[in-house]
This record gives sequence, C-alpha cells and structure tokens, in this order.
Amino acid sequence: MTVVGLARLQFGVTTIYHFLIVPLTIGTALQLAILETIYWKNPTPKMRALLDFFGRLFLLNFALGVVTGILQEFQFGMNWSSYSRFVGDVFGAPLAVEALAAFFLESTFIAIWIFGWDWVSPRLHLWSIWLVAFGTSLSAFWILTANSFMQEPVGFVLRHGRAEMVNFFALLGNPQLWVEFPHTEIAALATGGFFVAGISAVFLRKGKHVEEFHLSFRVAILTAAVASILVIIIGHEQAQHLIVSQPMKMAASEALYHTSSLHAPWTLIAWIGPVRQVNRFVMAIPYTLSILAYNSLSGRVVGIDALQHLYVHRYGPGWYVPPIVVTFWAFRLMILTGFLMAAIALRAIWLEHKGILLKASNFLRVVSWSIGLPLLGNIMGWVMTEVGRQPWIVFSLMKTADGVSPTVPMADVWITLVGFGGLYGILGYIDTRLLIKYVRLGPEANEPESPHPPLFQVVNPTDS
Amino acid sequence: MHLPSVWFGLIAVLFVGYLFLEGFDYGVGILVPFLGRTDQERRALVGTIGPVWDANEVWLITAGGAIFAAFPDWYATLFSGFYLVLALLLAALIIRAVALEYRSKDDRPQWRARWDELLVVGSAIPAFVWGAAMGNMLHGVPINAQMNYVGGFFTLLNPYAIIGGIASLLLFTLHGALFLSMKAPLELAKRADQAAFRIGWLTTLFYFSFVVLSYYFANLRVRLGVDPGPVPVLAGFCMIAIRFVLQRGLRGWAFALTGLTIVLSTISVFLTLYPRLMISTLNPRWSLTIYNASSNGYSLMVMTIVAITVLPIVLVYQVWTYWLFRKWVSMDDAFHY
Repeated sequence: MTVVGLARLQFGVTTIYHFLIVPLTIGTALQLAILETIYWKNPTPKMRALLDFFGRLFLLNFALGVVTGILQEFQFGMNWSSYSRFVGDVFGAPLAVEALAAFFLESTFIAIWIFGWDWVSPRLHLWSIWLVAFGTSLSAFWILTANSFMQEPVGFVLRHGRAEMVNFFALLGNPQLWVEFPHTEIAALATGGFFVAGISAVFLRKGKHVEEFHLSFRVAILTAAVASILVIIIGHEQAQHLIVSQPMKMAASEALYHTSSLHAPWTLIAWIGPVRQVNRFVMAIPYTLSILAYNSLSGRVVGIDALQHLYVHRYGPGWYVPPIVVTFWAFRLMILTGFLMAAIALRAIWLEHKGILLKASNFLRVVSWSIGLPLLGNIMGWVMTEVGRQPWIVFSLMKTADGVSPTVPMADVWITLVGFGGLYGILGYIDTRLLIKYVRLGPEANEPESPHPPLFQVVNPTDS
Repeated sequence: MHLPSVWFGLIAVLFVGYLFLEGFDYGVGILVPFLGRTDQERRALVGTIGPVWDANEVWLITAGGAIFAAFPDWYATLFSGFYLVLALLLAALIIRAVALEYRSKDDRPQWRARWDELLVVGSAIPAFVWGAAMGNMLHGVPINAQMNYVGGFFTLLNPYAIIGGIASLLLFTLHGALFLSMKAPLELAKRADQAAFRIGWLTTLFYFSFVVLSYYFANLRVRLGVDPGPVPVLAGFCMIAIRFVLQRGLRGWAFALTGLTIVLSTISVFLTLYPRLMISTLNPRWSLTIYNASSNGYSLMVMTIVAITVLPIVLVYQVWTYWLFRKWVSMDDAFHY
C-alpha cells in the first residue's frame, strides 16, 4: 500500500469512528433537552430519574465524541500537510470558528448541566442542555461548511499556488452546504430519536418503569418519524444537486457506465462488474432514476464514460472514476436504512395511536435493534460522499494523492493507524459494555450525583 | 493594524490560556493517585477540576484551529513535522479524558486503579511535551526550502528539549498541587502543600536550567525576535517567590505565582519567536514567519471579526463557570467522577 492509501485508510478509520458517535450525541442532546423541558414543567422524581438515566448514557457517548474530535482537529496537518497548505486559507476558518463558537459552548454548558443541578436555577439548567444541543449542531454546521468546500469549492481564487478566500459569505451560502447540512443534521436527530426510542422499548417490553419510558418513547419515536421522512426528502434534494455539482459521484453510485436512456431506470440491486463495465443480475425500477435526478419521468443521467472523457478534456489526463462498488452499495444501504427507519417509526406511531404498542412485544424488540439502522445509514452516507469524491480531495482543484504530507514516513503512518485504530477499538468496546451495564441497571441506578452540599463548606478538622 | 501580528498575538493568548488552565488540570491528574489514598479522596481530587477541565482543553483545540486558519503553513509544517510527538500527545489527551469520564463508572478497585494510572500517564505526557516543544521551537528544527520538516523523531528529543520537558512537567505538577491546596478538602490540601514543597526546589532547578540553556541553544543574541526584556526576569522572580509565599500560608497567591510563571514564560517564548513561527536550523531564510506563512488579508480580517465578536462572550461564560463552581470541594460531596 502507498503512503496515500495508508493515510486515506487512517483518515477513514478515525473519521468514520468519530462520525459513528457524533450524530448520536447530537440527536440524543436534543432528546435530553426535550425531556428536561417536560421535567421543568412538571418536576417529578420519576421524570428526574429518567433524565438522569438517559443523561448517563449520553455522557458515555459524548466523551468518545469529544476525544475522537481532538484528533480530527490536528490530523489534517499530520497526514495531509500539502492539502492544509493549499486550502488552509479557506478551510481553516470554519474549523477555527467551530472551536471558538461551538466547542467552548458545548464543553462549558455540559459541565453546568452535569454539575449544576443544585447550583443553578432549574430554568438555567434547562437552558444549559438546550445550549449543549445547539452547540453540537453548530459544530456540525461549521465542519460541514468546511467539508462542503471540498465537495464544491466556492468563494475563493487561486493565488500563489493555493486557494485563498475572497468571499466568506459564499462559503456560508454554498449550495452544497444547504443540502448537506440539513441532511446530516436531521439524520443525526433521527439517530438520537432511535437511540432513545430503542432503549425505552427495552423497558416497555419488560414492563418496567412503563410510565416514564412510554413518555420518552413517544417523544423519541415522533422525532425519529419526522426526521426520517425529512431526511429522505432532503436526501432527494441532495441527489438532484449532485447531478449538477458532482455528476461523476452520481454516475459511480449508480454504476452507470454509459449514459442512461431517456427514461432512466434505477438499479435496485445488481452484481457490479466495474472492470468489464457490465452489471449482471440487474433488478431495476423503471423511470426512478429520472425521477431521482430531475423529478421527471424522462431525463438522461450522464454515464461514467462520457464524464471521464469530459474530465480528461477539462482537467488533463487521469482517471476520474471513484470506486464504483463501494459507492454503489453505500448509496443503496443508506437509502435502505432511511426507508426502514421511516417505516418502523411510522408503524410505531400507528400502533401507539391504536393503543396496542405496549403489547406488541416483537415489534418493540425490532425498535430496539433499529438503534443500529441510523448509525449504519450515517456511515454509508458519509462513505458515499467522501469515497465518491475521489480522486479529488477538493473537487476539481486538488487530487487526494497530491494532498498527502510529503515528508511523513510510511512507518509513522502505520504507527498512528494501528495505534489510533487499536485505541478506538478498545474505547468502543468499553463504551458499549458500559452502555449495556447502565441500561441493565435502569433508572434505579441513580447515583446520588449531587446531594445538596452547602455553598460554602465548613471544614471539619477531623475530616480525613 | 497588522493582521498577521494580531493573529500571532491571538494564538499566543490562546496558548497562554491553555497552558495556564490545563496546566493545573494536568498537575491534578498527575497527583491524584499520589495524594489520594482512598477512592473517595481520589474522587475529591478529581472533583476539583471536574466542571472545568473539558472547557480548559478547548483552548488547545481553538489554538489548533486558529493556527490552521491564520497560518496554514505553520499548521502543516508543525503537525506533519512533529508527527509522532503530536500523535503521542493526542493519544495521551484521549486516554486522559476517557480516564476522567470512565474511572467512576465501575466499582471494582482494579478498574479505578487502572484508569488512575492512565490518568497520570495521560496528564504527564502533555505536560512534558509542551516544554519539550517550546525548547524545539526556540532552538529551531531542520526545515527545508519547501517548508517541510526534514528531521526525525529523535531530532526533537535533544537534551535541551528534554530539560524543557522536565521543567514544564514539574511546573505543571506544582501548579496542580497549588490548585489543590486551594480547592481540595483540608486534609488533602495539606498533602498538596507538602507535595508542593517537595517538588518546588526541583522545579526551580529545572526551570532555571532550561532558562540558562536557552541562552546557548536558542542563541538569543543572533536570533532574538522581539527582546522580551523584563518578562522572563519577572517569570523567574515569580518562580522563586512561590516558596516564600507558600510558607506564609498564602495559598491563593502561591497558585497565582505558578500561574504567572507559566503565563510570562509562554509570553517570553512567543516574543522571542516573533515574527518567526518556526525557526529553520538549516537556513534562516527558510524559517516560517508571520509574513510567508499567513493566510491572505481577507481571510484574516474575517477571522478577526469573528474572534473579537465571539471570544469576549466565551471569556464571560468561562469566568462565570469558575465563579459558579468556586466552592471548596468537600469529602462529603457525591462526586460525578
């Protein structure tokens, strides 16, 4: 494997791991904020126990999101120094704003939320969880502003051999950002919804703490349903934008070697043969790709060969086709998870409406297992968008192979790949074990986190 | 207003904030198993930094982001050049944060002991690395004409940098001990005082060794950026004064003095560097400076506007949290960590 391949693998492993956790914490933060709002209006001990219960689970994940984020902030410079030199002028700004505006907000107010139960008023405590929820989403906005530049560079000029920012507001108004951010943010809210609903379903099935968990289930599944439907709609918008901005990504995700017929069918599943450019066992839905691309029954989608030809003409000799098998299946798995999520959430609402949800034991089990669906969908979406951008690191401006650090030896990249991969693996294992442990303990495991200590402590001399 | 200079200053401010604030967090982390004999005592020690350590660390993340935004070449050269050191630092920060979060999530003594060990390691590594990094920044490192670092891992582990690392490790430990002496329950605060006395002279020794060595290795007369004038002298006085203040039982003042030592030393380093960001030992003309490594004026202007709008708000709510959690930690508290 080359240094570029290794550096990509390292970035992929650490980023995917980070992205497994972060949407979950963004979504769970909103669920906690809603639950605390309910508690604030009607503070009962049961509701407080419920809040503490989900708070414990949230904090376990939040810690992992924070620590894996530390690496993200620095690893552009570590493995991708040529990239950092080239785009730092544009790309660094949203990262700095993210740290300044969002990270301080999250870290400060999460501390007030954890430690402040008896130190601040209930209203301020409620504010702090809403600010945490806002901070996590703000962070998503800024990092996706940076990512959108990699997908669709705007607001820059090429000067002194690098991209220099000339219009900050063009970055903020990047059309890519305004499909990518809502899609990702709402997917995150769905992720949190399924997490809380899935955990609540465990207790509903066992018939424990039914009153509280029925409430959290209803809040969460409603969020999940609305978010899942919205995420599909915005995903559709994003696909239509993709046709215009990065048609090659779309063609690769469709394994569309040649430009489609006027009424383009959408391949549901197929055995992809990128080498011979023939797909076998194709199962396709007529007209659907045209609808996906243009909201119309007719419309050609340009194929890989035509785009390759065009890009050679436009950007010089080279191979401009991203890995087809990966993007094809990532796209389909993402769509599948999205529709399954919407179906499950809607079915839950239907059963709830009929008043038979609590008896639907098997269905509740399905809801619990569905916690994994949005997590899978998030990763697949991310893989599609990043792998599908290849061979570019910044679309049309810089190739991934040119972005890598020229002086970092291969051995060093191996060390960090294995080191961080191993470390993340261990942390993931511990986190999962702790999550399971705290779910098993349930809301009773209410450690006395703050027993009303006096504001100014009188020191007891015999205290040891 | 010369924007690259403004950003050089802002990044210096972020590092000053980070090293002052996380300095005592690292010190507390290092001292936890040594000062706390029972689990409840250890929880009380960790509890002193409980509500603040996470936000303190954001100062570093923000400094990283600011370096990227304002001086992309500095970001690229520094982090690709100090690759393994940085990886070690980041791994330590990850382990340390997880150790804090997870140590009390299980009752088994081995579980907690293991995380406490990791907390010490995860706090000691960054405390060492920053002093060593300052040594290398002052001394300069091999950077070629393309702004790429061409040394290896062991280039950075020279005796001068190692002395700097030990000095910062000890200084942060002392800073942490003095923080505990203000915040921890009485019995633990007394132990923290004793620890401060025990490591104080060693800290002073290594600190001044590093300062003296700097006159040779940093070759100040030839390479001096801005004459830091009285700033390092004041830092030295603060260092010496700590012992006398502590002997009179003025704990708050003692903490303020280690803090001042850290702040003034950091300022000295940045003044000595200015206007250079990274000194090349191969050819002075290959050094990274605020002129050849900065973002363009527009980008810096946007960032300046964002910073002067947001930073004051951040400062207000950070100060407010310190005020909110100002009380002494008591052994009777129930601890989150």
